[in-house]
This record gives sequence, structure tokens and C-alpha cells, in this order.
Amino acid sequence: MTIDPTPSLVARRRFLSRIGLATCAGAITGAGALGLARKVCAKTEAPAAGASFPTKDYDWTQHQWAFGVDATKCIGCLRCVEACKNENHVPGNAHQFRTWVERYVYIEGEQRARIDSHQDPVNIAASGSQKEYRFADRYKGEKVEKAFFVPKLCNQCEHPACVQVCPVGATYKTKDGVVLIDDKRCIGCRYCVQACPYGARYFDEERGVPDKCTWCYHRITKGLQPACVEACPVGARVFGDLRDRESRVSLFVRNNRLQVLRPESGNAPQVFYVGIDKEVN
Amino acid sequence: MESLIHFAPYVGWVYPNETVVEWTILLAVYPYLTGLVAGAFTVSSLYQVFGFERLRPVAHLALLTSLCCMLFVPLPLLLHLGHPERAFNAMITPHLTSAMAMFGFFATFYVVLLMLEIWFAYRPYIVEQARKRNDLMGKVYKVLTLGSYDVSEEALRVDQKWVFWLAVIGIPGAHGLHGYVGFLFGSLKSREWWSSDLMPVIFLFSAIISGVSLLIVLYVVSCKVRKVAIDVGCIKGLAYTVWAFIMVALLLEALEFANIVYKGREGVDMIMEYVTGPLLVPYFVLQFGIGAVTPLLILSYMIWRHTTGRALVFGVTLSASLVLLSVFMMRWNVVIGGQEISKTGKGLLTYFLPILGQEGLLVALALTLAPLAVLLGMIKLFPPWHDKAGHAVMAAS
Repeated sequence: MTIDPTPSLVARRRFLSRIGLATCAGAITGAGALGLARKVCAKTEAPAAGASFPTKDYDWTQHQWAFGVDATKCIGCLRCVEACKNENHVPGNAHQFRTWVERYVYIEGEQRARIDSHQDPVNIAASGSQKEYRFADRYKGEKVEKAFFVPKLCNQCEHPACVQVCPVGATYKTKDGVVLIDDKRCIGCRYCVQACPYGARYFDEERGVPDKCTWCYHRITKGLQPACVEACPVGARVFGDLRDRESRVSLFVRNNRLQVLRPESGNAPQVFYVGIDKEVN
Repeated sequence: MESLIHFAPYVGWVYPNETVVEWTILLAVYPYLTGLVAGAFTVSSLYQVFGFERLRPVAHLALLTSLCCMLFVPLPLLLHLGHPERAFNAMITPHLTSAMAMFGFFATFYVVLLMLEIWFAYRPYIVEQARKRNDLMGKVYKVLTLGSYDVSEEALRVDQKWVFWLAVIGIPGAHGLHGYVGFLFGSLKSREWWSSDLMPVIFLFSAIISGVSLLIVLYVVSCKVRKVAIDVGCIKGLAYTVWAFIMVALLLEALEFANIVYKGREGVDMIMEYVTGPLLVPYFVLQFGIGAVTPLLILSYMIWRHTTGRALVFGVTLSASLVLLSVFMMRWNVVIGGQEISKTGKGLLTYFLPILGQEGLLVALALTLAPLAVLLGMIKLFPPWHDKAGHAVMAAS
């Protein structure tokens, strides 16, 4: 049986042209996907535009704020927590904090530290109020081998997971290194609360938006120190501008071996710790 | 401000801000509904695209079910938002690095696709009703014709082509939408219980089994209510579908759990304490034992013994109901479970489900059942039945 070659040729040509079309379409889709992937993977978020913010005489391109915590100095007095609550109108309850202090206690014969914070019911009972904080003397009579306090706050990460996941861009990284929340834009989905590996965010039910430490952005842009730093009686909290080589925080960074919390998260936290232990995360 | 009444009790060490569980039961209802959408659509596609003739009696019902569930998907999210009036910010100014930003676009795309497919599938029926009826419903059908009264053979052929291609596009559409919901959780590195590459696939397969199961229940109930014979071939086809997908779903879940345990990263001790303690009943007993393994065994037995007739219908419907429970428990165990394990990896929280309130049990139940109520209306407007009692015109499509 003879086969007429023409239809086969035509079919082949048609087949090839279709393959060509499909390849082109594939290439365009691929290139588009690559572009999108780059955008999505972008580690550094584009900071909000504008040279001066939030005040006319403040240029956020001229500062690089950083925060240091010397855990060896902290005495767990919790003045910082109360100062923060007052300064930033944080709800007066034992469940929502912009900053908090953790207590790590190693009892003789135990493998792991006992950890608590001032929000623990035992400590709240000791203070007698959800608005005032103190650490109860709950390990009286125990043989304590080692104990220390660790102040915690938002790490203002270089690659913040909260900024990455915000569906409307309401939470953003400023040029001077602080993560802020635009509460007029936020839809209140709380994805950022879930994404933060440090538990730094809480949801303010009254305002319908999340809230977190901003290193007292309203103060630092006016040349003041964050409220917690100012309230700390022992200098355990250190704040300043890394652009100024003689600032307290620059010296703190230069003169100490530093640690950050959960470095494996890839978030690159910007709160630097001295004197924390292996169990702190 | 007074103390929050819904703070979660805890054991061990948890971050202070974690003592309020932020994603409630509504966030479990959301993926449940999306899953039903994807699963129901799978059934319609198996018929429309892959030519599974057995599934013909439920093909149109599947489309309507998918749409009805989809209409309610955004509602649990809206009820949960702190500022629902700003919800459209996510579409007007989406932040592209966010996994959540695309939801509005995906959902809109899919709803439009479903409505188009239903319109093409029902066009002959709509035209017929528009011509036949003079009452108010007649007017409704007239509007629904969108001015197109051509039901010539050529026009119907074009309609069928549209239905086919929309179903083809709908497969990645529906499954993409649901895989994407899995990604919302799986892409978060803050929680070991969520952070998994397998999460989107697990969500997808559980979605398929839930949607198919819902159709089984709906089909059987509708036949009983309408007093028509149940098409055993169709039930068998659906049962095979559930059986096949449940195997994959179970395997994936097992892989996921094995990965967490075997990798044994930081916090695994707490996870083990959790799954063998508070999660024992919801996870091992309800989700796996009663909800997945039992239906798998029942279905396997019936396939092996060539069960047919009433026994088959009963067994399959029972299995389907169990699967529906299992998949809801899976959503619950992911969403609530993830938050009950502290980010510290050193403590466990307890979420209490309120009965009343915006994010309570009653609202969640209403949201889960609402699509079925709308479906009741929808099947009046677009009868999906293919049997003799159903409308004759459906036989043409």
C-alpha cells in the first residue's frame, strides 16, 4: 500500500509549528514565572518611598537603628515592661505585650531550665494585678544552680517574615531598620502574628489590627530613647544608631560577642544579645 | 481593659502573646469549604474531561455543589478580619510576596469559571424555560439566557466545546486554589506543625476525597427525597474514586508525620507529647482511625466482595460520611493544632471553642451548612438530574 506523502508532510509541518508555538508559550510562561519567583523570593523588601518620615526634620535614610540586650545585667525588675505598656497604650492585661522578660532557672538535678515570664498566673497572683508585673519568689527552698533574665522585644528583622506575608503591605520595613504597621491599611488577618517566629506580635481587638514593638519609633525619630531603654535601671537595654560609630549600640556591637535569637529562621534579627544561654530562643 | 475572656490556658513555656489563639474555627471552615469546592469539581471533570460515563448522574450536581461552596469560601475569612471593610485592599494593592495576596484573584477567577461552565452546561435548559414560562421565573430565565436563544446543533456543539475547555482549565484552577490554601500554612516557618513542603499536596488529596464524599451523600439523599432509584454504577464509580484518593491522602499524611518525627528537629518532643496527649482523639482516633482507615476498610471489603445493591449504597454512604468528618478533623488539627503547639517548642496551649459569638461553633456550623441551603435553591433553578424524573433536556448535554 502506498501512502501519499503530502498529507503526512503537511501534518508534520503543522505538528512542528505547533511544537514551536508551544515552546514559545512555555518560554514566556517560564520567564514570567521566573520574574514572579524573584519578586516573591526577594529577601530585602522595598522600603516605603519618601525621604523624610515621620516628621519633616527627620531623614530616615541617615540612620540605622539597632538594639542590644545585655542579659547578664537584667535584674528582672520589669520597669521596662510597665514603661512600654504606658508609653505605647498596650492593653493592660497579662496576655499582650510589646516587650516582656523571661526568667530561666536551673534547679539542681534537673536537665532543663524552668522558664516563665511575668504573665504566668503565679507571677500575676504575686503582683495582684494584670497591669503590674513582678516575678514571684516561686523557687524559694529549691537549690538554684543558675538563673538569669532575658528581655524580649520585636527583633526588627532584616528579612522579616511578617512583612513577607502581609497581603496588603500594611506592615513594612523602614529605611532606618524598623518594622512598622500601617494601621489604616491593615485588614486584620493576623497572618503576620502567625508568621513571626518570636511571638512578638499580638492582635489588638479594640483597634482590629496587630501591634508590636517599634523601638518606640515616635520617640527615636525625635532623638529620644525607647521607653524601655530609658526605664531600665541597670543598662541591660542598649539602643542607638549604627551609623554613629561612637553610639552606645555601636560600642556594644563592637565590644561584645553577640548572639541573635533563632538564627536558623533566616530572618536576620536586629536585636543583639549578650549573655543568653542555649535554651533561649 | 478587662482581661480577655478567650485567652488559652497552657502548660510548659509559651510566649506571652501566644496565650490568645488568633486563628479560630472559622479558619478551619475556610479550607474545609475550599476543599469541598475542589473535590466536587474533580467529579465533574472526571466526567466532562476524562469521560467517566458512570459519574454522569452527579456531573451537574457536582458543578452546582462546587459553586455553592465557593460562594461561601470568603465568608469565614471576612468574619475573621479585624477590618473586613478593607478586605479589597488585598486586591487593589496586593503585596506580592504574601501567599495570601493572591487569594482574591484565584477565588474570583474560579467563581467566574464555574459560573461560565454552569451557564454553558445549562444553556439549552435556560432557553427552553425562558420560552416556556411566563411567570416570574420565566423572566429570571430570560435574563439568564443573556440574549442567546440559539440552540441549534451547531450552537450546542460550541457549548459543549466551552464546557470541555472550561473543565480542563478548571482542573488546575480548582486544585491550584486548594493547593494554595495548603501553601498558606506550609510556607510558614514559625511553626513546625505547619512548615512542610507536603502541606499543599496533603490539602489537595484530602480536598478531593471530601468533595467526592459530599457528592455521594448528596446524591443518595437526593435520590431518597425524590424517590428515584439510585444508580449503583455511579455510586461504584464514586466509591472507587474515594478509595483511590484516600490511599494517597493517607500515605501523604503518614509521610508528613514520619518526616516530623524522623527529622526530630527542635520542638519535636513537644509535638510528640501533643499528638499522644490532647491530639490523640482528634488526630489518631477521629481523623485517621474512624475517618480514614475505617472507610478504606469498608470500601476495600465491598470492592473485594463485589457488594452491590442496598448494601453497597449504605456502605458507601457511611464511608463518605466518615470521610467528611475525617477531612474536617484534618483541617481542625492543622489550623487549631498548629497553634496549640507553642512556637517556643516548650509548651502547649488549649483552644476553647465558644458556642456563641462571631467565631463560635454555631457560626461555623451555619457557614458549613449554608452552601447546602443555597444548593437547595440552585437545584430548583438548574435541575441537575439525569434520570427519567429529571428534566429531559439534561440528557442532551
